[in-house]
Amino acid sequence: MSNPTAESPRRRSLRWNRRELPGVAMATPGIIGLLVFVAIPFLVAIFLSFHNAQLNSPRAPNYIGITQYTRLFADAQFWRALGNNLTFAAVVIPVQTAIALGLAMLVNQRLRGISVFRALFFLPVIFPMALVAVIWRLILARSEGGLLNSLVHFVTFGQVGPQDWLGNSATALPSIILLSIWQGVGFQMIILLAGLQEIPQERYEAAQLDRANRWQQFLYVTLPGIRNTLIFVVLLTSILAFRVYDQVYILITSGGANRTATQTVLYQATTSVFDQNNLGRASAITVVFFAIVLGITVIQRRLVRQESEA
Amino acid sequence: MTNAQSQRARSRRWRAARSYLVLTVLAAAYVAPAYYLVIGSFKPAADVLSGLGGFAPQHLNLDNYRSVFDSLASDSTGYFWQFMTNSILISLAVVVVGLVVNSMAAYSFARLSWRGRDKSFLLVVALVIVPFEAVAIPLLFMLNDMRNSLLVQALPFFANAFSVYLFYTFFLGLSKDIEEAARLDGLGSFGTFVRIAVPSAKPVFATVAILTFMTTWGQYLWPSLVVSNPRYRPLPLELSVFSGQMPVDWGEVLAFGTLLILPVLIFFVAFQRFFVQSLASSAVKG
Repeated sequence: MSNPTAESPRRRSLRWNRRELPGVAMATPGIIGLLVFVAIPFLVAIFLSFHNAQLNSPRAPNYIGITQYTRLFADAQFWRALGNNLTFAAVVIPVQTAIALGLAMLVNQRLRGISVFRALFFLPVIFPMALVAVIWRLILARSEGGLLNSLVHFVTFGQVGPQDWLGNSATALPSIILLSIWQGVGFQMIILLAGLQEIPQERYEAAQLDRANRWQQFLYVTLPGIRNTLIFVVLLTSILAFRVYDQVYILITSGGANRTATQTVLYQATTSVFDQNNLGRASAITVVFFAIVLGITVIQRRLVRQESEA
Repeated sequence: MTNAQSQRARSRRWRAARSYLVLTVLAAAYVAPAYYLVIGSFKPAADVLSGLGGFAPQHLNLDNYRSVFDSLASDSTGYFWQFMTNSILISLAVVVVGLVVNSMAAYSFARLSWRGRDKSFLLVVALVIVPFEAVAIPLLFMLNDMRNSLLVQALPFFANAFSVYLFYTFFLGLSKDIEEAARLDGLGSFGTFVRIAVPSAKPVFATVAILTFMTTWGQYLWPSLVVSNPRYRPLPLELSVFSGQMPVDWGEVLAFGTLLILPVLIFFVAFQRFFVQSLASSAVKG
């Protein structure tokens, strides 16, 4: 204190004062965790994508420029995988959101025991994808004993024989879509249900006084009332749709699913590691994958902003 | 007048009956695959893949469960209880450490002021959009020396940007009055967090706990990259190994599957009363 010139350099190097330290200390573990396990790995992915890199190899990654990317974009299998991702997303986003909204409205009624129905529709959400893949492998089994084949046989009075739902290139992706929606829709339902419950009952009463029918009430009260929730759900579903992997990998490797018709971008990434030990290619795919997810987020954010300004 | 009233009551009852009918039919169709799993786990393998007969509750016994424990009981196949213990330890560690780390960070961002706070928080928000799948491959490269351990399966998931964000929106909406009173009583920042903020945030803690437990429990991609030794294998990874060996005994696979969802079902039932309302409100706000 008596010597201010000796004190001031130390003050400057000690960036935070005592009042601020608890805040810094409390945030530090989280920030470090996110830096080390999210931010830095992402930079490493970009680094690796410009290199020839292998696991358990004595050779250090060597720089090869954009070769991984040019090879990737020249690879028909990669484009096919990307196309499958787009088809999956294009079907799942509208269909799953619509089903989730329908279910949410159904379980938003004031009935005794309604919470049981809410729980039943939510149930598959707690099923790990690895298990969902196993259950649906049995449902979609190509033998006569497959559940779906048996059902189709029954409702068509035996006119339609057993189908190889997962193996046939025309039905393989729709099968994956079906089981994915089954597993995931309950989650979106719960979020939309919460949105529905935020709508004040008086608005429906006012609409009824104006002699609005059910459809008009849905259009002019329900939809505007859950606008933000609906946007959130669409955004969430689009990103989840692009992340589809577990069920695809498991059903291709052990469920007889048609590889070309069901592989996704992430399937291409992990098989580059498993089959070729090619970390560079896998990382390049990872970077492209993230660019797409980022693109979806930015576009949807922008759409939301435009709409709310209009 | 009374006539009109009773007519209205009758139409209301009619509408309720119709709703129950629709709900029951849909719920039955929806739950059918789950029912197929559970009922099949008690049936001989030949009865599982027998078309619609797979739904029939007949020839029920516990043989499949016994076989699961018997066939997974050596060092080369791994032990069932080992898989179960691995999954429980990993999931609980991620939940407990995650709750502490992320809620603390969120409180600091929402309530305490320090230089660099806003920039750090911006970083966290930006990282929310990085899905784990986008960093799995480089993480494998970085953590290759830690492969085949329990720690490597939990470590990348402790800090979670989305959890921080959920806690943050809650703490932001908390009334400041009680906190200020606590501070006047001499409680420090950390004390206020532990004594005042945490107890009022129970629903968010429950929500984050359920979400984290569900995702960690079902984790497949990361363990498939870093675990090859059966000793450290978690249940979902083992399920795909177990059901990928020919010839497959479907009864046993379904028994395994039923055992796989039991813990997460218990966890969910224990915390679910907080879940809906809280997840909902954070989604609506977000």
